[in-house]
Amino acid sequence: MTDVLKPRDAKEVEEAVRWALGNDKALEVAGQGTKRGIGRPSQTDATLDLSDLTGVMLYEPAELVLSARAGTPIAEIEALLERNNQQLAFEPMDYGPLFGLEAGRGTIGGAIAANLSGPRRIKQGAARDHFLGVSAVTGRGETIKSGGRVVKNVTGYDMCKALAGSWGTLAAMTDITIKVLPKPETEATVVVEGLDDAVACAAMAAAMGSSCDVSGAAHLPDHVASYFDGLPKPEAATALRLEGVAPSVRHRRQALEALLRPFGPVTVLEAEASAALWRSVRQVKPFTGAMAQARPLWRISTAPGQGHAVAARITPAAQMFYDWAGGLIWAAMPFADEPDAGSIRNALAGPGGHATLIRAPAAVRAVADVFEPETAGVRALNKRVKDGFDPKGVLNPGRMWAGV
Amino acid sequence: MSVRMPEADAAVLARRERIVATLRAIVPGEGVIAGEREMRPFESDGLTAYRQLPMVVVLPETTKQVSEVLAYCHSEGIKVVPRGAGTSLSGGALPLADGVLLGMAKFSRIREIDFENRIAVVEPGVTNLAVSNAVADQGFYYAPDPSSQIACTIGGNVAENSGGVHCLKYGMTTNNLLGCEIVLMNGEVLRLGGKHLDAPGYDLLGLITGSEGLLGVVTEVTVRILKKPETARAVLVGFPSSEDAGACVSAIIAAGIIPGGMEMMDRPAIHAVEEFVHAGYPLDVEALLIVELDGPAAEVDHLIERVEAIAKDCGSTTCRVSQSETERLLVWAGRKAAFPAVGRISPDYLCMDGTIPRARLPDVLAAMKEMSQKFGLRVANVFHAGDGNLHPLILYDANVPGELDRAEAFGADILKLCVKVGGVLTGEHGVGVEKRDLMPEMFSETDLAAQQRVKCAFDEKGLLNPGKVFPVLHRCAELGRMHISGGKLPFPDIPRF
Repeated sequence: MTDVLKPRDAKEVEEAVRWALGNDKALEVAGQGTKRGIGRPSQTDATLDLSDLTGVMLYEPAELVLSARAGTPIAEIEALLERNNQQLAFEPMDYGPLFGLEAGRGTIGGAIAANLSGPRRIKQGAARDHFLGVSAVTGRGETIKSGGRVVKNVTGYDMCKALAGSWGTLAAMTDITIKVLPKPETEATVVVEGLDDAVACAAMAAAMGSSCDVSGAAHLPDHVASYFDGLPKPEAATALRLEGVAPSVRHRRQALEALLRPFGPVTVLEAEASAALWRSVRQVKPFTGAMAQARPLWRISTAPGQGHAVAARITPAAQMFYDWAGGLIWAAMPFADEPDAGSIRNALAGPGGHATLIRAPAAVRAVADVFEPETAGVRALNKRVKDGFDPKGVLNPGRMWAGV
Repeated sequence: MSVRMPEADAAVLARRERIVATLRAIVPGEGVIAGEREMRPFESDGLTAYRQLPMVVVLPETTKQVSEVLAYCHSEGIKVVPRGAGTSLSGGALPLADGVLLGMAKFSRIREIDFENRIAVVEPGVTNLAVSNAVADQGFYYAPDPSSQIACTIGGNVAENSGGVHCLKYGMTTNNLLGCEIVLMNGEVLRLGGKHLDAPGYDLLGLITGSEGLLGVVTEVTVRILKKPETARAVLVGFPSSEDAGACVSAIIAAGIIPGGMEMMDRPAIHAVEEFVHAGYPLDVEALLIVELDGPAAEVDHLIERVEAIAKDCGSTTCRVSQSETERLLVWAGRKAAFPAVGRISPDYLCMDGTIPRARLPDVLAAMKEMSQKFGLRVANVFHAGDGNLHPLILYDANVPGELDRAEAFGADILKLCVKVGGVLTGEHGVGVEKRDLMPEMFSETDLAAQQRVKCAFDEKGLLNPGKVFPVLHRCAELGRMHISGGKLPFPDIPRF
């Protein structure tokens, strides 16, 4: 890695990609680099640093829409929304602390490129579900626009979906338009104490299948419970978040308490403790500490009802907790150089789903399947999609899969 | 019709008999329809101004048959048009004279309902409403509810990324879809997603949703089901002007309230509906707003009070809250019958489907009034006010020479205006053939080429539903070419470190 190209506007991004094309160079596409450690190590000649493309261009709270340059810090956007009692409903997590970086960094472009989400994913979706419009420079050095600034839009292919979660391998995004939503007036969390994983998954399924409108459902087993904020005691906790107007939260917490009491002892976290708890769930706090950083970290998405069965097939030496009502498992493996990809993917063989190796030494990531290996047909289709956007492989080549 | 479809391939038509015989071998029995009279019901979809008999209709029953039909057509260079229930309002399922019409109606089974994971696995020919009905006994439902939900199929919903009156709060199809089985034009069968969330790589499922049947044929769909809200109530509010009604919508959202549904109608629509349905709509107002709140009774009652107060502040002249489920349904019966109600006061009408930034509504309505005079045609408006999706209904008489052309020109002008004020050509009906030639209003050549390269990744020969969405279909080889200017770009200005 020799060069850093730091364009000041979209035109210069186009020039940078054309330079790469003309000189057979490959570019690492980056914002603030908080997710640099994720993916297969890319062989690139220069970094296309988009962190100078900043600024909110449009924000109309009553229209629930915000447009910003891709390099705008997510913290800046969240602060602006907060002042207007609004929020990014997809609750983007912050990967930085998992890599020993300070919290609160990262850009809106990065949030979209990694299709970030958080505990509210089960109710409000991920970044992809809030991504309305984009301007981006493809690997062909051309600027394309897709989508718009309105929520309801089916004009042409939904190219935003292709770019969300593409980790910068298709295009370098320069302008982003997202849907924003009102911040709930208040919140509370109903906690069932002392459940084992299987019963916890059943309790979460019962809560999700009720009309309580749960906006976060996590199970924090005994061995990691002490890392989370807001819990009354450092023991296994199955937490269910309720958000909304005060009379509604009051009503639903009573209903949920009654529903969950048969599973185990129930307590309720009031707004402040509830917010603290979900902040630490969102940030995957158990695995951010200095000691934990050496552990390879997996992010596993599966059918929520099968979460405990998947976890049971992973070595007991791994540290794990569940979000998304059991559908998201964060698993930190015991040995630094052994992500044990084979056993993780075997664990998914029956229930289905996918696992991403979020954190591991570069040498390990270079030889492991960091992203879930696809079936031959899907792999070939992904490659054709990539070739359409970036035929010469100038943008983050090989970051997701070899040859893509 | 004013939109030109791709030239029929004489060589394919000349082989028609052999093609029909081969298809009969793949789909035996009554699954292949080749008689003119029997094919008549398939000649158009919900956009009835456009009609075309297909070369042959095939109604497969299994994924294997779909795969074999597509593989055969792929190898023989035969075009294929997929069709669900044929309720498209944009001509997405309009047949081609030299094409196979692939009807998916026989894929009508619900394969799995899994309450633990809150999903349903259904075949694409299952109607939207049937999904909700299948899970209703446990108090669940499928959230997207397009007006045509009684007839339209899930497969069609995926193709069009259908919405409905509740999508401001609950999302469109794309937000409620977890997985699918899809057959590519070459016959290849792929599975995407499942009972889990998010894609491991590129979001191909997201790309397919809303692709209007140009990327593949969906043979199985996994959707998310939700527990029904405990209760729902509707508020019916009248305003002396559309500005006031629009301001009220903004004020409700600015107060942090996202209603389950928020619909607006203008004066001509109100009168047409009231005459037809007798829903008790006030007739002395310029704009009518339906605001529906759903959730626990404690929440709904609390929010209704706030909505009433906001409406009063915004100058409402009438305000009525539904006091029973019967009353709530009556309020909606009016809105849901808006299209047929307008159909009663005019021999024909065109239903447009633009989306605009909501704040621009008064400007757009004013401009539409002027256009109405200019074209000499009446227009009534219904509006998904929460998300800015506007449905102007242009009234015309197809028997009066020139009126259809004028109506279409009027419609095109409305959509151009939508784009000009920062909106889009279509919010939920799709581009199809209807808005195909307006695509350049929104997209540059480069934008359209990028979209067509996605098409090439799925269907390199361009045989699946050609003539829809894109005004000009370029060859994939041509789109794949790169024009690099020799790498001599000086590139002096970009800061480098």
